[in-house]
Amino acid sequence: MSDIHKTIEAVWKIESTRLIAGIARVTRDIGIAEELAQDALVRALEQWPEEGIPGKPAAWLMTAAKRRAIDTLRRGRMLELKHGEIARDLEFQQQRLGEAMEHALDQVIDDDVLRLIFTACHPVLALEGRVALTLRVACGLTTAEIARAFLVPEKTLGQRIFRAKKTLSEARVPYETPRGDELHSRLESVLSVVYLIFNEGYTATAGDEWMREELCNDALRLGRILAGLLPGEPEIHGLLALMELQASRAAARRGPKGAAVLLPDQDRGLWDHAQIERGMAALHRAQQLGGGARVYALQAAIAACHARANTVADTDWERIVLLYDSLLQVSPSPIVALNRAVAVGMAPTPQYGPAAALNALDAIADEPALTNYHLLPSVRADLLLKLGRYAEAGQELRRAIAMTENRREQDLLSGKLTQIPNIQHDA
Amino acid sequence: MRFMMMVIPRGYEMAAPDALPTADAVARMMEYNKNLQKAGVLLALDGLLPPSTGARIFYADGKATVTDGPFAEGKEVIGGYWIIQVRSREEAIEWARRAPMSINEIIEVRQIHEMTDFPEDVQKAAQGFEHPANATAARHE
Repeated sequence: MSDIHKTIEAVWKIESTRLIAGIARVTRDIGIAEELAQDALVRALEQWPEEGIPGKPAAWLMTAAKRRAIDTLRRGRMLELKHGEIARDLEFQQQRLGEAMEHALDQVIDDDVLRLIFTACHPVLALEGRVALTLRVACGLTTAEIARAFLVPEKTLGQRIFRAKKTLSEARVPYETPRGDELHSRLESVLSVVYLIFNEGYTATAGDEWMREELCNDALRLGRILAGLLPGEPEIHGLLALMELQASRAAARRGPKGAAVLLPDQDRGLWDHAQIERGMAALHRAQQLGGGARVYALQAAIAACHARANTVADTDWERIVLLYDSLLQVSPSPIVALNRAVAVGMAPTPQYGPAAALNALDAIADEPALTNYHLLPSVRADLLLKLGRYAEAGQELRRAIAMTENRREQDLLSGKLTQIPNIQHDA
Repeated sequence: MRFMMMVIPRGYEMAAPDALPTADAVARMMEYNKNLQKAGVLLALDGLLPPSTGARIFYADGKATVTDGPFAEGKEVIGGYWIIQVRSREEAIEWARRAPMSINEIIEVRQIHEMTDFPEDVQKAAQGFEHPANATAARHE
């Protein structure tokens, strides 16, 4: 890619969200707005290499989009426009649209961006559609980039976005920021999309490494944008805190040759402490706003316990157990219960410890969600090892190995198996 | 990737110790800062007092010699910085192009080293460093 194209791409990354948001204020349809913005980008790609980057690239793009919109209208193809007030008279329509665009061009307001994000994350869409559309309109990613990040063919991703836009249009989803009670349920959908984007980058081990790291950063960027637009919503700060705190460990999570390094084994000097500080500040904000007991904030508070500890032994495991107790109340799940049991096993207080943790595991052993979950026998094995019950630990490790298809995971478990003293490894 | 955008303001090398920006300049800068924040790219920012309040520690022969500011030889001095997280060098440059600068001012854009950029032996040498932020982190929450 030439330098000028890289620059245009960068301008697009910076401007596209507000551009699409501004146009959509007039068209009331994300799909049309996005196409008009794309047309403007195509014009830029044609003209800027010859004429140079304009002094005000955002205004240039908006003007190009406006011309394109009027042009389209002139050819009578704007019937899809959902602007109910637009009169039938073509000339009037053109003038009206021109003025509206001019106005939208002058000042893209924050609410435009918010409307854009809420609409892209509308529950009428399938989750994968929400994710793709959000990355496209709110993060300025190309279809090719999103496809690469999610390891799906570009064509599939293109169809996914096309379908999402069509669904929004057909469902006549109002282009607006929800208010009152609806805001909170819809915000949940937005936050789950953001966290899914983050996790896609954070947890998967396959795929283009750089792309995945950028996916985490895109999610963080979205989180910060939302925190700026709706500063009074504690769960946004809670999610932002959770993402910052998890991402702060990124450099320590990858060992040589890409092998995963688990939390207890990480070099804590590699954690990004400036990022930890940002995470702590966001968590503090969530708690100040009264959202300390919500799902994301609680998970962030658990991550914060790890972030504060200089060693595994330094970790405030008792506090982590209590936080898991709270988390189980607001969001009961066998996985959370399993994580709680791990913390119980680590806590040095008399009522906790490995034996208590084994009891806690027994209580969730029959959960259908855990039937084929290799971490259950794997955690059990760790606890049995601590109690010196080596033969049982070996059995659990073998069960765990049989349950996972992930090679790295298998290697990790086999490594533990060979380290068990006094048992027959081939039994 | 993270970048530092360093502001090199004209004349700052000889500015009086109590030199302050005008309300107008601050207002324009805040507008810009807000835009960085709204875009979700801003990680940190600070303004620095003039060099006349600072000092330079020279290691001409390997030994530290302290000289108080202002510095006769300093022509381009840093007045402040932003740290931003963006997708590319070009995006960092585009953000710098949007800053409200005056005639003859400079912004220098530099990428921040990530520990993962270093080869393994260098990473090893850095191991076990207990970051001061860990101690201060406890004050939150």
